[in-house]
Amino acid sequence: MPSEFFIPDPDGQIPSPEGYFGAFGGKFIPEALVAAVDEVAVEYDKAKHDPEFARELDDLLVNYTGRPSAFTEVPRFAEHAGGARIFLKREDLNHTGSHKINNVLGQALLTKRMGKTRVIAETGAGQHGVATATACALFGLECTIYMGEIDTQRQALNVARMRMLGAEVIAVKSGSRTLKDAINEAFRDWVANVDRTHYLFGTVAGPHPFPAMVRDFHRVIGVEARRQILERAGRLPDAAIACVGGGSNAIGLFHAFIPDAGVRLIGCEPAGHGVETGEHAATLTAGEPGILHGSRSYVLQDEEGQITEPYSISAGLDYPGIGPEHSYLKDSGRGEYRAVTDDAAMQALRLLSRTEGIIPAIESAHALAGALEVGRELGKDGLIVVNLSGRGDKDMDTAARYFGLYDNGTDATVAANAADTAEIEGDAK
Amino acid sequence: MSGNIQLLSDTLAAAKAEGRAALIAYLPAGFPTVDGGIEAIKAAFDGGADVVEVGLPHSDPVLDGPVIQTADDIALRGGVKIADVMRTVRETHAATGKPVLVMTYWNPIDRYGVERFTAELAEAGGAGCILPDLPVQEAGLWREHAEKHGLATVFVVAPSSKDARLAEITKVGTGFVYAASLMGVTGTRESVGAQAQDLVERTRATTDTPVCVGLGVSDARQAAEVARFADGVIVGSAFVKRMLDAPDDAAGVEAVRTLAGELAKGVRGQA
Repeated sequence: MPSEFFIPDPDGQIPSPEGYFGAFGGKFIPEALVAAVDEVAVEYDKAKHDPEFARELDDLLVNYTGRPSAFTEVPRFAEHAGGARIFLKREDLNHTGSHKINNVLGQALLTKRMGKTRVIAETGAGQHGVATATACALFGLECTIYMGEIDTQRQALNVARMRMLGAEVIAVKSGSRTLKDAINEAFRDWVANVDRTHYLFGTVAGPHPFPAMVRDFHRVIGVEARRQILERAGRLPDAAIACVGGGSNAIGLFHAFIPDAGVRLIGCEPAGHGVETGEHAATLTAGEPGILHGSRSYVLQDEEGQITEPYSISAGLDYPGIGPEHSYLKDSGRGEYRAVTDDAAMQALRLLSRTEGIIPAIESAHALAGALEVGRELGKDGLIVVNLSGRGDKDMDTAARYFGLYDNGTDATVAANAADTAEIEGDAK
Repeated sequence: MSGNIQLLSDTLAAAKAEGRAALIAYLPAGFPTVDGGIEAIKAAFDGGADVVEVGLPHSDPVLDGPVIQTADDIALRGGVKIADVMRTVRETHAATGKPVLVMTYWNPIDRYGVERFTAELAEAGGAGCILPDLPVQEAGLWREHAEKHGLATVFVVAPSSKDARLAEITKVGTGFVYAASLMGVTGTRESVGAQAQDLVERTRATTDTPVCVGLGVSDARQAAEVARFADGVIVGSAFVKRMLDAPDDAAGVEAVRTLAGELAKGVRGQA
């Protein structure tokens, strides 16, 4: 029986056997990891063709994760987007609260097949870390999560969740103390402990086969969304929109639509305080091709190949690299990438909360801000699918500080809220 | 102008002819300053190093432990550029006549331009490069330019490398083979893994190129132990640590000279 939810790329032409998506990808890794990375590739290839693997994963995706994920039209939100129709792919409703679980369960099963007993992972916003800690609890695997020290502070709730699930969380104090540095530290751990350890990489970057494998585990997002939009709207969307950090939720949504030439694939990168300020993490907008974390792709770097420190209000997007397939989609023109500022994302976060009763993750709010723009460009006949990759619970501290929600419930707060409402209503006109 | 690959081979051969292993020191360029780094390298040669690897600091040194990460941070914050690395190679080679290699991650060279980098390194008198995150399958372009400019391409092999893989690597590597003594990042260790000797033997079965052992070697006793089965002993973090621990830059340079002297005895079996 073919799998319903594990649907690897049926074409199988991209990447090449060496892991290249056009000029991007490859395998730039130390010799000490070559055997382990090759083992992952071989095991994944075997698993991909093993009906038993698909059956096990399907069972988990249905009965544990809760797939298929819901597909929600958001008309009150869409009033602010020039009247275009907008549907949200609700990956936020998956168990653990984001799309990350799709990939994690696949790789956790693979870890078991490889006979490894320990899993390490990096995490930015903590969503991949929580998903990994969850799968390790489920499968009885030892779990260590590396997280930049700044991220452990701004995503403290997720640190507590990971520890509750039995994972060890290590705060990384080197470099910019964010996602990039967490990955560096995870690689250092992997080199030293590769015998019994699988590095459960959380995005579509890294050395081959990770970009292709992680994409395959997330392809289900777009496969479901494509079916759902046809059922609900009777046609394919004009645009599929997702936020892009490393790019896993975006590639998951985009991939099934790639053959549909009429569907624009739009990735929203974090512009932070504005690309012109230099304080951003808009890799495809402002980067140049280079090598970071095992593959060739666009990278934020200086003229001498030193990686520059990224910035975004969103821990999950605060990364100076990008998965190689996105670089390929950008250069081939099939994908479009635009940059969304912190402020635009935070406004979109509040707007969706107030108009639809859905609090999105700050990461996903970048896609929502992009949808507001694209909707206005398309006009009222527009039809948009947005990947709501995660829920916003983890971000309430950041949001509360940003919007001043920690006031003592005084008149000032009420006044501010009234002003907000006026602003939102004003936007609609 | 051609690079000094031949000088490197001759130097390693000369050590072998003396019935000993060569001593190879690693020191990052720009640490603690560009001029200070140059003095430290000269001191390493003066103390008895046969070969020096100059580190080109990188923002994301994923194969380095805390000691070299700290030195890289200091160098980068000091504004070290590739031009400074070239000057470090030029001045230390000119002052000593000894082989000087560059060790770095691939992205700085990729970004700088492979032709430009290899041409400048050869012109500066460099002997070659060690690029630990550029595996043999991705190294075609680099090797073409390195060969053109007379530079060695030193590949790293690891205890996890299978015999067939070792043969693939040593078939195209030049200068020497860098055998990682253990699975892990750079840094000093209490003991050098038993896997090191096994790896050297398995590597030797595939090539006549000298096999030098690095990672974790920090004192004369360990150097002597490794020298019994390897063609060269590579020491990095221990030098950097002595410099970090020194009260001032001048003392750091002296500490490098002293350690090189101790290690030079070690590789001669006089630990």
